Amino acid sequence: MTFASILEWLIKGFVWVMILLGGFAYLTYYERRALARIQVRIGPNRAGPLGLLQPIADAIKLIFKEELMPARADKLLFFLAPIITLTPALVITAVVPFGPEGLNFPLFGRVITWQIADINVGILYIMSIASIAVYGIVLAGWSSNNKYAMLGGLRSTAQMISYELALGLSFVSVIVLADSTRMIDIVEAQKSMWFMVLQPVGMVIFLIATLAEVNRSPFDMPEAEQELAAGYHSEYGGMKFALLFMAEYDKMIAICIIAATIFFGGYREFWFLQNTWFSVDQTPILGPVYVFIKVFILLFGMIWVRATLPRIRYDRLMAFGWKILLPLSLALVFLTATGILLAQEVNPLFMWGIPVVSLAAGFIAILGMYQTLRRKEHARA
Amino acid sequence: MPVLEPIIELGRGLFTTLRSMFEKPVTVQYPEERKPVKPRFRGRHVLKRYENGLEKCIGCALCAAACPADAIFVESSENSDEKRFSPGERYASTYEINMLRCIYCGFCEDACPTEAIVLGDQYELSFTDRKQAIYPKDMLLEAVAASQLLTPQKTEPGKFTRSVPEMKDPQD
Repeated sequence: MTFASILEWLIKGFVWVMILLGGFAYLTYYERRALARIQVRIGPNRAGPLGLLQPIADAIKLIFKEELMPARADKLLFFLAPIITLTPALVITAVVPFGPEGLNFPLFGRVITWQIADINVGILYIMSIASIAVYGIVLAGWSSNNKYAMLGGLRSTAQMISYELALGLSFVSVIVLADSTRMIDIVEAQKSMWFMVLQPVGMVIFLIATLAEVNRSPFDMPEAEQELAAGYHSEYGGMKFALLFMAEYDKMIAICIIAATIFFGGYREFWFLQNTWFSVDQTPILGPVYVFIKVFILLFGMIWVRATLPRIRYDRLMAFGWKILLPLSLALVFLTATGILLAQEVNPLFMWGIPVVSLAAGFIAILGMYQTLRRKEHARA
Repeated sequence: MPVLEPIIELGRGLFTTLRSMFEKPVTVQYPEERKPVKPRFRGRHVLKRYENGLEKCIGCALCAAACPADAIFVESSENSDEKRFSPGERYASTYEINMLRCIYCGFCEDACPTEAIVLGDQYELSFTDRKQAIYPKDMLLEAVAASQLLTPQKTEPGKFTRSVPEMKDPQD
């Protein structure tokens, strides 16, 4: 580790944090516009052309708002909690590659890669950082000295622990498929086929679990306005609230970037464009563009789900996490591993058994869910 | 297959919200684009005039009596043929409505014997000061087409002796 490499990390990290902060601002704008269109409204269109200055206006308002601290709050933790929440959201994407090797360029005798840190356990790093984020939320809820905030924080912990398992296991099937935990290897393994196609049920589990992980609707129990008065951030205002908000939206961006990387081919093109001009092997500059497009579409998916689905009841949320998602993702890991083993030992065509069998496993899970609900219906009637 | 029904329903829900994205927004871009109010809308009050420019209001203060919010204040004075404001003996020399107290119920309209006070179609009433909320008579009176129609007018004696005119049943 030389001074030059530290400097490189610093500069890349700074640039990336700036991009994330700008991305947060414009994600709020994007969400408001998309939600408005779904609700047959127009959305913010006053500040600047097409309302594009709205995030800046919001930021200025939040900066100048009065900072309040509840009288009997834990002052230090109340102050630290937003920072603890925001930091993991900012650093989690450090291992994600944004461009292919062909896009790397030499500078001052060093090769600058399109990745902040190329570590060989990238996906483990993501898993560990993802679970740290909950500390900030719990501390925010606890230090506010408000029972609603406390409840929101506790719900958030319980929810995150429950869905972390399914999330981790869907990571495992990706690791098994790619035969590596290094992010670049995972992306390159999707050169001929996205993991979305090879492991569709794993992708669905990943998307559902990440919705729960970032406390997005329909799993937004920790900040349920109607029952908890905004949950863990009900005592926060001004810039501290902005930090919590920023953490939430940066987590959304990060989760979408990770989903794009491990299931949708990261910076790689669509697999059917492989040997054309649109391939990143021939036009490396398209790599970051592909990441952006994929993230944009995935973010729209999140907004779309928020606009459609009502909030799920808390006991159902827990039951769904533990009784459906966890066994299903365990089964998927087993099925994926078996399929790869068979493909290596017997016939490569067994690779295609993985999506078929995992879809069957998903169907069995749905059947189980359906029968449980049926039984409950009968019991009530 | 009934088992897949929940999934299909989920998909239908998502499709419904997606389809609504392509509908025309119902938003009215307010300051630039204004929807006309309904015919019986109760907005800011207007004091009406006759065609000859005389005020309909005769200062009877029935509106003030009918007002449940006590928002109207009327003071009346005597008309003369040299300085005639309204037909009959008396006219409202002071007529004030406090727009912060008014609840726009329209009882004043009903109470008025000469149909002088009417709740109009103007709804943009904002003030920066409580004093500005009190609308005096000159703000409430209907504008006139020509300056000779302004009150007070000089009229020939014995013509305008009747305060309350002959009226038809209201149409709307």
